[in-house]
Amino acid sequence: MSSVTQKKGFGAHVWDYLTTVDHKKIAIMYLAAGTLFFAIAGFEALLMRIQLMFPESTFISAGLFNELLTMHGTTMLFLAATPIIFAFMNAIVPLQIGARDVAFPFLNSLGFWLFFIGAVFLHLSFFLGGAPDAGWTSYASLSLYSPGHGIDFYILGLQISGAGTLISGINFIVTIITMRAPGMTFMRMPLFTWTTLVSSSLILFAFPPLTGGLFLMLVDRMFGANFFDHTMGGNTIIWEHLFWIFGHPEVYILVLPAFGLFSEIIPVFARKRLFGYSSMVFATILIGFLGFMVWAHHMFTVGLGATANAIFAVATMAIAVPTGMKVFNWILTIWGGSIKVTVPMLYALGFIPSFVAGGVTGVMQATAPLDYQLHDSYFIVAHFHYVIVGGIVTALFGSAHFYWPIMFNRALNPKLGVLTFWIFFIGFHLTFFVQHFLGLMGMPRRVFTYMGGQGWDLFNFISSIGAIMMGIGVIILVIDVLLSIKSEPVNRRDYWGDGRSLEWAIETPLPFYNFKQTPLVRGFDPYWIEKEEGNKEGMVYAEPLGEIHMPNNSILPFIMSIGTMIAAFGALYSPWGDQVQAGTATGAPAVVSLALIIGGLGLTIACMIIRSFKDDLGFHVTVAEIESIEADLANYRATGKKGGNK
Amino acid sequence: MMKGLKKWRLFSLLTVMTVFLSACGEEYISTLRPAGAVGKEQLDILILSIWIMTLVVVVVSAIYLVAFFKFRRTKVGENHMPKQVEGSHTLEVIWTVIPIILLIILAVPTLTYTYKFADVAAMDEVDEEGNKTALTVNVTAKLYWWEFEYPNQGIITAQELVVPTGEKVYFNLIASDVKHSFWIPAVGGKMDTNVDGINKFYLQFDKESAGLNDGEGVFYGKCAELCGPSHALMDFKVKALEPEAFNAWVTAMQATEGQTADRESSDIGEATFANSCLGCHAVSAVAGNGLGPNLTTFGDRNRVAGFMDHTVEDTTEWIMDGMEPESKLKPGNLMTGKYNVTPEEAKAISEYLMTLTVEK
Repeated sequence: MSSVTQKKGFGAHVWDYLTTVDHKKIAIMYLAAGTLFFAIAGFEALLMRIQLMFPESTFISAGLFNELLTMHGTTMLFLAATPIIFAFMNAIVPLQIGARDVAFPFLNSLGFWLFFIGAVFLHLSFFLGGAPDAGWTSYASLSLYSPGHGIDFYILGLQISGAGTLISGINFIVTIITMRAPGMTFMRMPLFTWTTLVSSSLILFAFPPLTGGLFLMLVDRMFGANFFDHTMGGNTIIWEHLFWIFGHPEVYILVLPAFGLFSEIIPVFARKRLFGYSSMVFATILIGFLGFMVWAHHMFTVGLGATANAIFAVATMAIAVPTGMKVFNWILTIWGGSIKVTVPMLYALGFIPSFVAGGVTGVMQATAPLDYQLHDSYFIVAHFHYVIVGGIVTALFGSAHFYWPIMFNRALNPKLGVLTFWIFFIGFHLTFFVQHFLGLMGMPRRVFTYMGGQGWDLFNFISSIGAIMMGIGVIILVIDVLLSIKSEPVNRRDYWGDGRSLEWAIETPLPFYNFKQTPLVRGFDPYWIEKEEGNKEGMVYAEPLGEIHMPNNSILPFIMSIGTMIAAFGALYSPWGDQVQAGTATGAPAVVSLALIIGGLGLTIACMIIRSFKDDLGFHVTVAEIESIEADLANYRATGKKGGNK
Repeated sequence: MMKGLKKWRLFSLLTVMTVFLSACGEEYISTLRPAGAVGKEQLDILILSIWIMTLVVVVVSAIYLVAFFKFRRTKVGENHMPKQVEGSHTLEVIWTVIPIILLIILAVPTLTYTYKFADVAAMDEVDEEGNKTALTVNVTAKLYWWEFEYPNQGIITAQELVVPTGEKVYFNLIASDVKHSFWIPAVGGKMDTNVDGINKFYLQFDKESAGLNDGEGVFYGKCAELCGPSHALMDFKVKALEPEAFNAWVTAMQATEGQTADRESSDIGEATFANSCLGCHAVSAVAGNGLGPNLTTFGDRNRVAGFMDHTVEDTTEWIMDGMEPESKLKPGNLMTGKYNVTPEEAKAISEYLMTLTVEK
C-alpha cells in the first residue's frame, strides 16, 4: 500500500470497505449497520405503540403486529445493540490496550460480513412472504405451527449472523489476551476492555446452545425432523431451555460492555480514578459467571417444579449483589470528583437511576411466586426495557458522543446532544414507567389490541406518547450525526481534556497502524500518568521506530458470507419443509434447493481453502513510509489539507 | 413492646401501600385487587418487594444526588484536581453485605411460597367412598379458546370457567395445539399450558363474581403466552359462585346429558345448527371433548368468541365471519371455512344459541 493515496473515487471507497480488515473501518461499518437496524426496529416499535395508543384500534392487523413484535425484539438485540457494541469494541479496545489491530483482522471482517448478510437475509422476509411472527423467543410449538417462510428466515438469518458474532467474540478474547502492549497487565486494563473480554467469553459459551437449537429447528422445519414436535416424540421445552441458556447470557453480553463504557465515561468527567477498580473487575466476572446459572427464571411458569424454581430464584437474586457493587462504585467515583456535565456524562448520570429502577424490578421478578403474576405481563416489558434502554441504549448514545472524536475526528454538537438526551430520556420514562402498572393491572404482553373498559386506556395512551418522544429524540441524534460530517475536524488528542486511558493519548485522525511505536504502559490509566508527569507526547514507547507489519485487505470474507446466504435460500425453499408440504409456503424443486445449498456452502468452503493455501503474509510499512505518513498527518492537522493517508 | 410497635409500623406501611395500589386497575382483572388467597399472598410479596426496592432506589438516589450536586465542577472550581482514590474496603463490605441481607429477607417468602403454590398433593386425596375430595378442572387451551372439563362431575364447558368460592380449585393444564398460558389476574397467576405434558396448580376464589363490572358478574381470564395472531383475543371469563349455587350449576349441567339439536326441528336455527355446527359443537355438557367449544351454556355467557358482545347481532356476525376466506374478527381461528350458511340461517342459529342455558 502506498503511503500517499490520492483522492479515491466512490467505487474505490466501496471496494476499500468491502475488503478492509482495519478494525477502525470495521467499527464504522458496524456502527452504520447497527444504526440502520436500530432505526428499522425503532420504527417497528413506533408502529406497535401507535396501534396500542387506543383500545380496539385497527391501524395494524393482528398478523402484522406479531411480525413487528418479533422483528423489533430480534433486530434490537441481535442486529442493533450487538453490532453497535461491536463498533465500540472494534474502535476502542485495540487502542486501549495499545495494539495495532485485533488478533485476527481477517476474521474481524468475516464476523462483520456474516452478521450483516444474516441481518439482510432476515429482513428480506418482509418482501418474500412475511416476517417471522413467533416472538424473538420463537417458542417451538408456535414457531413450528407458523405458516409461510417467516420462521425459516429467523432461523437461517440468526444462524448466519450468530456465526459472525461468535467469530468476533473469539477474536476479541484472543486480542485482549495476546495483543496487550508491554506493561498492560490484566489488572491495568481499562474497564471497557475488561467487560469486552468477559462479554466475549459469554458469547463463546452462550452462542453454541443457540446455534444448536437453531439447527434442530432448522431441520425440524425445513427437512422434516421432529426434535420439537411433541406429537412425534419431540419436546418443545428443550427449545425453551436452549434458547434461554443462550438468551439470558445474551442480556449480559450486551449490558456488560455498556457497564464498561460508563466506567470509561464517568471517571473522565468526574476527573477522578474509577472507584474500586478491582471490585469492578471482580463484579464483572461474577456477573458473567452467574449469568449462566439463571436462565430458568425466564421459565418460572413453565412448570419445572418448585425446587427448580426456588434454586433459580435465589441464584437470580444473587446477581443483584455484584450489580449493586458496580452502581455504588460509580457513585463513589463521582463522589469527591469534579463533575462536568457533558453529553456523555449526561447519559451516564441518566443511566444510574434508570438502571437501578430496571434492576430492582428484576429482583422482583426473580421472586418466583410473585413472578407467576408478573411473567408475560406488561410488567416484564417495562422491566427489560428499563434495563435495555436505560442501561444499554443510554450507553450507546453516550459513547457515540464520547468516542465520536476518536472514530471520526469530528465532534457531535453538544446542544443537539443535550436536546436529544432530554427528549429521549423523558420519553423513555413516560413510555415504560406506566407499563409496570399496566402489567400489574392484568395486561398481558404481545397483544395486538385490547378491549376498552379494562382500565388500561390511559396508561397505554401515555406510553405511546412517550414512544413518539423517543422517536423524535433519535431523529435529532441522526440529524446531529449528519451535521457532524460538515463540522470542523478536531485534529487533536484527548478531546475531552481529562482522558485517562491510552485511546486518548493518540492524535486524531489516526494512521491505519494506530501507534507508530508500541506504547509502554506504566500503570492503570496510563495516559493520565503520563499527563501527570508532564509528558507532552502522551505516552512512552516500548520500542524504537521500526517497520510495522500489517495485514492485507481481502474480499474473501464478503464472498464467504454471500455463500452462506445462497445456501440459506436453498434451505429456505427446501421442498421437504413442513410448511411447504402443508401448502402454506412455496418450495423449490429438490434439484434447485440442493444446488443452492451445495453451491453456496461450496463457495464458502472454496474461499476457506483459498485462504488456507494461499500464503498471505501481509505487508511491511517501512520507517520512511511511517515518517512520511506522520508528516502528512501533522500537515493535515495544521493546515486542513489532505495529502496523506488517513 | 418495641417489637409490637415495629410490627405495627410495618403493618401500617403495608396498609398504606395496599390502599395506594388498590386504586390501580379494575376489580375483575387487576392483580392489585386480589379476589383469592393465592392472589392475596402474591400481592403481599409484591408489596414487601416494592418496599425493599423503594428503599434501595431512595438510598441510591439520595447518595447519587448529593454526590452530583456537591461535586459539580461549577461548584468545586474549574481547576480543582480531585484526590485520586483507589477504593475502600469498608465501603465495599457495606454495600455487599446490606444487599445480601435485603435479599435474604426477600428470599424467605420466595422459597416458602414457591413450595406452597406448587403443593397439589390434595388433588389425589379421596374420601371413604373413593371419590376425590378436591375440585379439579382440566383446562385445555386451544387456538384461541379454552375448554374446562370437570372430570369428577363428568361435565364440560368452554370459555367460561365456573368455580365455587372458599375452597382450593385444582387445575390440570395442557394445550392441544401450541403453547398458551392460563392467567386469571385478579385471582392469582399463572401457569403455562404446555403441549408436552400436564401442569398442575391451584387457585382459590374468595369472592363471588356476581355484581362485578356493573353486573357483568365475571372475572377476566387471559392467555399470557404468544400463541398466534389472535393471542390478544383469547380471553375467557370466570364465574365464582357460592358453593350451593355451584352445586346447583353442576346438577343443571349434568342434567343436559343426551341433549342435542334436532335436524328435523321446526326451528330453522336448531335445524341448521344440527346440520352445520353439531359436528364440532356439542350442546350437552356430558358429551366428550369437542373439536369446537361446547355450547351448552352459550346463553349464559358474557361474550361471543371470547371478546365480542353477547348479542344476536354479534353472534350472527361471528358466524358469517367463519365463511370469509380468512377470518377478519379473530384471525387464524380454526372455525373458518368449516360450514356454509346464509345470513338468515346465521341469525336463526344465533337466536337458537341464546336459548341454550342452564342458569335461567
